[in-house]
Amino acid sequence: MIGLSHYLLVGAALFGLGLFGLLTKRNLIAVLMSIELMLNSVNINLVAFSRFSATDAAAGQVFSLFIIAVAAAEVAVGLALAYAIYRGRDTVSVDEMNWLKW
Amino acid sequence: MENGGLMHTLAFFLLSGITLAAAMGVVFKRNLVHSAFLLSVTFLGVAGLYMTLQAEFMAAVQALVYSGAVAVLVVIGVMLTHRQQMSRSNPPNKMLLVGALAALSVVGAIVWAILATPWKVGKGSVVTAGDIGRRFLTDFAPPFEAVALLLLAALIGAVVLFKGGKAQS
Repeated sequence: MIGLSHYLLVGAALFGLGLFGLLTKRNLIAVLMSIELMLNSVNINLVAFSRFSATDAAAGQVFSLFIIAVAAAEVAVGLALAYAIYRGRDTVSVDEMNWLKW
Repeated sequence: MENGGLMHTLAFFLLSGITLAAAMGVVFKRNLVHSAFLLSVTFLGVAGLYMTLQAEFMAAVQALVYSGAVAVLVVIGVMLTHRQQMSRSNPPNKMLLVGALAALSVVGAIVWAILATPWKVGKGSVVTAGDIGRRFLTDFAPPFEAVALLLLAALIGAVVLFKGGKAQS
């Protein structure tokens, strides 16, 4: 019997993988991919809550759709930024993006 | 799919296995192109998980927007910015141990919270696309409009950033 906590555990594992990638990746585009993984794990949680335990089931999926829209906007702007930095500095390594570092 | 059946259990474990294995590939692969394609597999796995949750509209949106649009955008981004050898394009940095510790402690806290919370699981209800559409046009109308504006602004911003601003003369 698959219940709410099974889905939440899958979401937690996906979030952990995304967080690990976010902290350890050197390539800016890989960092963006990791952020997408984390957003997806949150969506799994919201849809699972809406299916199993919500009093207002449609609201959970509406929130997920908002997250999907914001994630699409985020990845478009993020990749445009990565390309703009690549054109100016000839790198997409986050280790070399340190010109605002004190 | 009826919840609780054997097929449902099998589908859940198969789909979550595919999703998590592909996500591990995204994070651990050294080749950025492999990561990008496995990202698409991850998104499709999540779409399958939505199907097991009887959220068909979410599954369709996930497959269209994530696996279709976002994955293609990421692949184009990889293509535009690659410089050296592709086989070593996705290296980890020096923070492997710190990153693993941070991720494991966050996951540990979440898992503890999931297992310790007495969830009030209701009977649950199936949401149709019609329900979602009605909510978007009634009580969620203001945020719906705000998201439309955000998408427009992001689109214009992405185009401006991609073209590269010329100095104003």
